Amino acid sequence: MSTDTVERAARTPDVPQPYAELGLKPEEYERIREILGRRPTSAELAMYSVMWSEHCSYKSSKVHLRQFGDKAPRTDALLVGIGENAGVVDIGDGWAVTFKVESHNHPSYVEPYQGAATGVGGIVRDVISMGARPVAVMDPLRFGAPEHPDTKRVLPGVVSGIGGYGNSLGLPNIGGEVVFDESYQGNPLVNALCVGVMRHEDIHLASARGVGNLVVLYGAKTGGDGIGGVSVLASETFDEGGPTKRPSVQVGDPFMGKLLIECTLEVLGAGLVEGIQDLGGAGLSCATSELASNGDGGMHVRLEAVPLRDATLTAEEILMSESQERMCAIVSPSKIAQFLAICARWDVTATVIGEVTDTGRLVVDWHGETIVDVPPRTVAHDGPVYERPYARPAWQDDLQADVPDHLARPQTPEALRDTVLRLAGSPNLASRAWVTDQYDRYVRGNTVLAQPADAGVIRVDETTGRGVALATDCNGRYAKLDPYAGAQLAYAEAYRNVATTGAEPLAVTDCLNFGSPEDPDVMWQFSESVRGLADACLELGTPVTGGNVSFYNQTGDVAIHPTPVVGVLGVMPDVARRTPMAMPAQGAVLLLGQTHDEFGGSEWAHVVHGHLGGLPPAVSLRAERALAQVLVAGSRERLLAAAHDVSDGGVAQALVEMVLAGSTGAAVSVPESLDPFVFLLSESTARAVVVVAEECAGAFVALCEQHRVPVTRIGTAGGEELAVAEAYGAPIAWTVDELRATSEATLPALFA
Amino acid sequence: MRIGVVTFPGSLDDVDAARAVRIAGGEPVQLWHGEGELRDVDAVILPGGFSYGDYLRAGAIARFAPVMEPLLAAAAEGLPVLGICNGFQVLTEAHLLPGSMIKNDHRRFVCKDQRLRVENVRTSWTSAYTAGQEIVVPLKNQDGQYVADASTLERLEGEGRVVFRYVAGNPNGSRNDIAGVCNERGNVVGLMPHPEHAVDALTGPGTDGLGFFASVLTGLVAA
Repeated sequence: MSTDTVERAARTPDVPQPYAELGLKPEEYERIREILGRRPTSAELAMYSVMWSEHCSYKSSKVHLRQFGDKAPRTDALLVGIGENAGVVDIGDGWAVTFKVESHNHPSYVEPYQGAATGVGGIVRDVISMGARPVAVMDPLRFGAPEHPDTKRVLPGVVSGIGGYGNSLGLPNIGGEVVFDESYQGNPLVNALCVGVMRHEDIHLASARGVGNLVVLYGAKTGGDGIGGVSVLASETFDEGGPTKRPSVQVGDPFMGKLLIECTLEVLGAGLVEGIQDLGGAGLSCATSELASNGDGGMHVRLEAVPLRDATLTAEEILMSESQERMCAIVSPSKIAQFLAICARWDVTATVIGEVTDTGRLVVDWHGETIVDVPPRTVAHDGPVYERPYARPAWQDDLQADVPDHLARPQTPEALRDTVLRLAGSPNLASRAWVTDQYDRYVRGNTVLAQPADAGVIRVDETTGRGVALATDCNGRYAKLDPYAGAQLAYAEAYRNVATTGAEPLAVTDCLNFGSPEDPDVMWQFSESVRGLADACLELGTPVTGGNVSFYNQTGDVAIHPTPVVGVLGVMPDVARRTPMAMPAQGAVLLLGQTHDEFGGSEWAHVVHGHLGGLPPAVSLRAERALAQVLVAGSRERLLAAAHDVSDGGVAQALVEMVLAGSTGAAVSVPESLDPFVFLLSESTARAVVVVAEECAGAFVALCEQHRVPVTRIGTAGGEELAVAEAYGAPIAWTVDELRATSEATLPALFA
Repeated sequence: MRIGVVTFPGSLDDVDAARAVRIAGGEPVQLWHGEGELRDVDAVILPGGFSYGDYLRAGAIARFAPVMEPLLAAAAEGLPVLGICNGFQVLTEAHLLPGSMIKNDHRRFVCKDQRLRVENVRTSWTSAYTAGQEIVVPLKNQDGQYVADASTLERLEGEGRVVFRYVAGNPNGSRNDIAGVCNERGNVVGLMPHPEHAVDALTGPGTDGLGFFASVLTGLVAA
């Protein structure tokens, strides 16, 4: 096949082109022809098709995501906002932190190990691209029914892929989620978060400036893996019986990833880089068009210079390849020798593939012939934007009307005891150790808290102890019942988790996992979730700094539960003041916040009755803020011996987790105003269980009163069992050993 | 006291080992795999990680690094050398220590706080402990199952060269619950668990690992 050059394209306007197969709509193809004033070459068509895919262009979500900017709270903390590789937040003392969560859902279903591994690799490269040293990762994961055979295929592969990549990269895994729900059976969600640290002056952006500066591609050689992965894999649902479009999922090399981190930080630190971009989805097409359009507007690339792993690749394939562990840097000619020397020291291949121009065009040559000549903005930023129709689903009212009030509740001490134990051993609440023990949480020596803590806490400055806390959360069942409230509840829980460790919540990242945007029901769920999250962020003063949208998580007509995963970052001046969750040997056990009879979407309704209906627990952002203020102040003033957020499984599960973490029991009693079942298992929000030393109790209660946070003494820490003084006429108790055996048996029994 | 910490491509816990040396009162010195010199250090640590990705066999490529040549010579002269995890694997590949590590018997990576018994306190790296003392340090690896032939095991046991043993459960199927061994002279010690992650109660399970670094620093002062 002869090369499809720009000159040939101009000469042969009527050659039929496979735009539909590449995922472009007829009107999108027409627009490309308009932009270029001719038909695109096959290389140009490849570039536009990947860059205008849903995954890269956010064409269905853009109009909604604008709210994160329009409603952004005023804050001085945001140093770099949405639109860059990752947002950057000021955490004080000249330190900046960048963090972002992304999805790798579809590849992880096709090939769990490599899909999950390269998900970690991709988010880590986003963080390096900002000039930051990656310091920790987290993984919010969602799978289908735990006993389903396909879950046994997907989960162990995903977990070992995350471990295999992250452990080899030397990044501690400090938390995340493992959630089971049938709605994810054909569409598991594999999200990956990375947090990185830098000094303010070290922030780098993706732009190609300075005419004559060189474009350097470094890292792994380019191969045939992941070609079309972005546009095809991420934009097609897994229809049963449909045509198979399964190009190779990318394959990760964490060893090269580690070298890339060290090498990149060294060239950045030596001041050798004018602009930098990682190669992720859409590979070179994305990196060159984004660098060029964010800079002086022109770039000339000689594609034959790209080092190849497979010499048979065509020009189009090289442009689309998603081979992992590659970066693109803009380097001044005066510094190129030094740049290449550092790469050589790390055994990293680095090649000059082009230069920055002032032509306003991205020009790509292939063995002396021009195969791409486009305005780079039209590729990178001016893709199509859709106002997808959306409407509240017809079934939403019925779902909300199906309240859980009719479900049989335990009425005896024995039944209540059994229910609490059953929940403690249920797949969504049982110990996560089987998963998290496959991740290194110690490497780099700055992990202060990791799973099962409320939030992961990382020390940033060894001298002062300044550090950050991170939590991710989402309850898809809540979001299904009410996507506006569901997004706010996800945010509220992550916010509360961060505050529970003693950190002040500062900024937000999100990974919005939904079904097909072409379904008005799904699009309504999406728009409601974005609106809910933006409103909540505005009210509590934490901006969304960046994130990711993953659509098409559905099988046939059935979409996953709407799953807006929210990550909250908080800051702590001294991590030595962090509040642990382990039940101490003594102290007063207090419940903060108000408990209502709220079971819509609850873990109890899910586990015991397989029921999903009604409304999720009420959101009170004002109460969340007040609670957070008490938890942060309590940590700073050293009043708290322990604290733990109350969420899925209610007060009972919070106590169980504290008791297991501390290997110490507690004796509690049901407040007079509450039914024992409601007290133990309701999922009312804005609550936490805390333990304070008896001599601090007065000061702590005063702190709660000052912030108008309801506080109730529910018991005393210590002993060998978790005991409830009286429930429906008799005491109930569980020994620590019994709780541990129940909690720790579940996941190994399912997956070991 | 200058304690060298070698960085191979793919070393991960080199910063942790250097920090542990500093906390114990020593001066950490970075040694680069590609340079065949030891920079006048008084002891050397080969840290944990996945040198060269461990794609061939853990430690198999690192043993050929230029830094290993002077290290082998100095170890033969009595230089204290500690191999942690991947460093232990490098030491066995280099035949400074007997035996080998294969995949964990359960085939998974495992990260946990592990209880160990210190069996031999006459080595350069364990003199600060008391014989039979139990310590808790993190264990984290994929290829941690210590194996050796029967006669090697018998000799190691007979000569008291099993330095650490797993207690309260064998986490990876290691023969004789062996977590770490030493050479005949006791200056070269290798183990799978990570004492450098147990030097600060804020970031580790405790400070039980400090004894390794205190041992070598004390020994060097005495010498």
